[in-house]
Amino acid sequence: MKKAARRLLEFAPLVLFGAVLVLFGSLSRRFLEPSNLVNIVAQASSTGIVAVGMTFVLLTAGVDLSVGAIMFVAAAVAGKMMLAGVALPLALGAMLVIGLAVGAVNAFFITRIRVVAFIVTLSTLFIGRGLGLWITETRAMNLPESFLQLGSARLLGVPFPAWLFGTVVIVGHLVLTYTPFGRQVFAVGYDARAARKAGVRTQRILASVYLISGLCAAVGAVVTLGQLGAVSPKFGQQKEFTAIAAAVLGGTSLFGGRGNVLPGTLVGALLIQALENGLVIINADPYLYPIITSAVIFLAVWLESLRNRVRSAGAIAVP
Amino acid sequence: MSEHWLQFDGIAKAFHGVKVLKAVSFGVAAGSMVGLVGENGAGKSTLMNILGGNLQPDAGRIRFAGRDYLPRDPQDAAAHRIAFIHQELNLFPNLSIAENIFLTRFPRFSTTPFIQRSEVDRRATELLREVGLEIPVRRLVETLSAGERQLVEIAKALSIDARLIIFDEPTTSLTERETARLFELIARLRARGLAIIYISHTLRDVFRQCDQIVVLRDGQVLGSGPTNTFTTERLVSLMVGRPMSQLFPERAATARFQNATASRDPAGALLAVRGLSRPGLLENISFICRQGEVLGLAGLMGAGRSELARVLFGLDRGAQGEVWFDGNLLQDASPRERIRRGMAFLTENRHSEGLCLDAAVADNLSLAGLAEYGRTGLRWLPRGPLQDAITRIRGEVNIDPRVADQQPVRTLSGGNQQKVVLGKWLLRRPRLLILDEPTRGIDVGAKYEIYRLIHRLADNGTGIFVISSEMEELIGLCDRILVMRNGKLVDDLPRSEFDRERVLRAAIGNPEEASS
Repeated sequence: MKKAARRLLEFAPLVLFGAVLVLFGSLSRRFLEPSNLVNIVAQASSTGIVAVGMTFVLLTAGVDLSVGAIMFVAAAVAGKMMLAGVALPLALGAMLVIGLAVGAVNAFFITRIRVVAFIVTLSTLFIGRGLGLWITETRAMNLPESFLQLGSARLLGVPFPAWLFGTVVIVGHLVLTYTPFGRQVFAVGYDARAARKAGVRTQRILASVYLISGLCAAVGAVVTLGQLGAVSPKFGQQKEFTAIAAAVLGGTSLFGGRGNVLPGTLVGALLIQALENGLVIINADPYLYPIITSAVIFLAVWLESLRNRVRSAGAIAVP
Repeated sequence: MSEHWLQFDGIAKAFHGVKVLKAVSFGVAAGSMVGLVGENGAGKSTLMNILGGNLQPDAGRIRFAGRDYLPRDPQDAAAHRIAFIHQELNLFPNLSIAENIFLTRFPRFSTTPFIQRSEVDRRATELLREVGLEIPVRRLVETLSAGERQLVEIAKALSIDARLIIFDEPTTSLTERETARLFELIARLRARGLAIIYISHTLRDVFRQCDQIVVLRDGQVLGSGPTNTFTTERLVSLMVGRPMSQLFPERAATARFQNATASRDPAGALLAVRGLSRPGLLENISFICRQGEVLGLAGLMGAGRSELARVLFGLDRGAQGEVWFDGNLLQDASPRERIRRGMAFLTENRHSEGLCLDAAVADNLSLAGLAEYGRTGLRWLPRGPLQDAITRIRGEVNIDPRVADQQPVRTLSGGNQQKVVLGKWLLRRPRLLILDEPTRGIDVGAKYEIYRLIHRLADNGTGIFVISSEMEELIGLCDRILVMRNGKLVDDLPRSEFDRERVLRAAIGNPEEASS
């Protein structure tokens, strides 16, 4: 009985995802059409990629609030470069470098100066957004056609962003489950002090996850830029919250040490996007979107706390 | 060559100007088992943390197997094949057994960053077999019992092919059977030539298992030599620094409870329990506890002692039967309500349930009394009276005067931590104090003080209900002992009939029953 409940809770994200598909599928035939499903995956790509990086950070019991700002700065710089006639690959490279650079700044202050991650990344969020506004002179920028092709190109009928999303998810999953680094991320997240005692190079692990998160944010920016073809002052705004929500919705604990990218974060990101997509298709009042989305996120977090309770109840049962 | 296999030579270490170790020197012979004893704060853990690479000494040197040895970090100690098994096990419950063992040394597919899982599993299974644990290595550690976790920790030590294993209080969370298994395993390891340094407050185990004893007090070696050159009396007096003819204080006021029939008379009882049952855990339990009585509860691990305490305090609902307190029937009263009526409960897990480890001593002390002191006006805390109360309580429970009010509880020794928990409850002047393993992991000197405190409270009319796994403690401390087995009360002895063997027999039962 308890085991069944535990099982169900472990799979809560998947169950929730299935419920959303069934619900909207029954409300509108269009929702389950292959083209719309592919559309959902493509739309979820940017958030999903950023959320994979966020999952690494959350697993260490940290948080990275700067991902949206990283996206903005990277997009702004790339936009300026493209408009100045720089070649596409160079602009893309610059975006990734910016992601890594901001990640490195976060990592430096968190592991060397020992400021709490929340404060550090909140600061880089504001600094990043300010920097982005300064670069763009608070004006929207339309990018050349070549960038839009990046978002709409298809391979085997699947859009490029979805391929990128899939790749990031699989690489993230492999790193977390099949490399020493990945397993040590879980150890550090459970108890950093104990990890250090066990001989794990805790600071290096912590620094790495912020670099990974920064890089993923930059890749997410590439995808969004390819899909929108423009940089507005709101580019990437509040992406940090959707990314955290996707990871948590997928079962990653905010207290560290528990969670996964596959299926967790993948399902989380798809779930949020499916919800939004479904609401659009059934013509729901746009003002309802945030309310319903946050209700689902609340539900997921509540389930997560239930899961923890079942888990600790099991742990007490030792003789 | 007169040099020992492992030799400490003038090791000194100070924290914030307080000298914790002052020129400690002693040697360990290859393949021997050394008992390292001393009160909390004597410097045992600091010394072992230096040996294990967690701390650097200020002065002195260590020679190990003929070479100078000074580990920079735990990894370095592991490279020298020295393993340290901490009291609080250093395992990650969210990872599997195999992952815990190989966390920093995963075998990989050559030249790739990927873990070779088949190899990890194979080697982990082998190590588990060596420590006598036959369970799948991919199981998460959070599903294991305390004893099994300890074995995983030992398997981890074997994975670095340890030559020396340091055990810090390894038996505090183990059942009797698990403890026996641990000692069997240690004997097997020693047969293979491993040396052991064994830190423990359980002197009986030290006497039985170790062939050499080193006594530390205030950061100095006060005595060392083969085990047979020590007696318990000598060891205790070396540890606490004063002769202690008795480990337990005299119990003067016990005469009132000598008469067994009188003590069973429910009229005027402080606590009366009638027919208390909880399916699978407690079965038809009836007893009383009078004002000023120290009532002990003996039994094996899993007999239902802690469960009984939790039901009495209202932490677990759904029990049938009656609990009368002070002449009132407590029907489903919440713990909060029971506290208000004068009950207090010290759990067996003082770290997770009894203390806010990172909060200051003063804050912890005032926690249970806040409501009382906040009852004026806008419920703001009157700082003055509260501070006075804290100072008074500190004196009453005799917390080390060197400890500052604002010091985090985490930094205190086990004995002082337990005094903080006691003090917290005393601030409310409880009428019934339920103590679950009140002296677990506490050194001899602090134990004595806690016993004295318990007696003083009882003399002032507080009823004490104390659960303990240490038979000597119950016999030395109590006016009456109840014995539980498989959820039932099976014996009730007044002090005049105290008998170690009788209590044990009652707790174990007849062999067929015990094995079922």
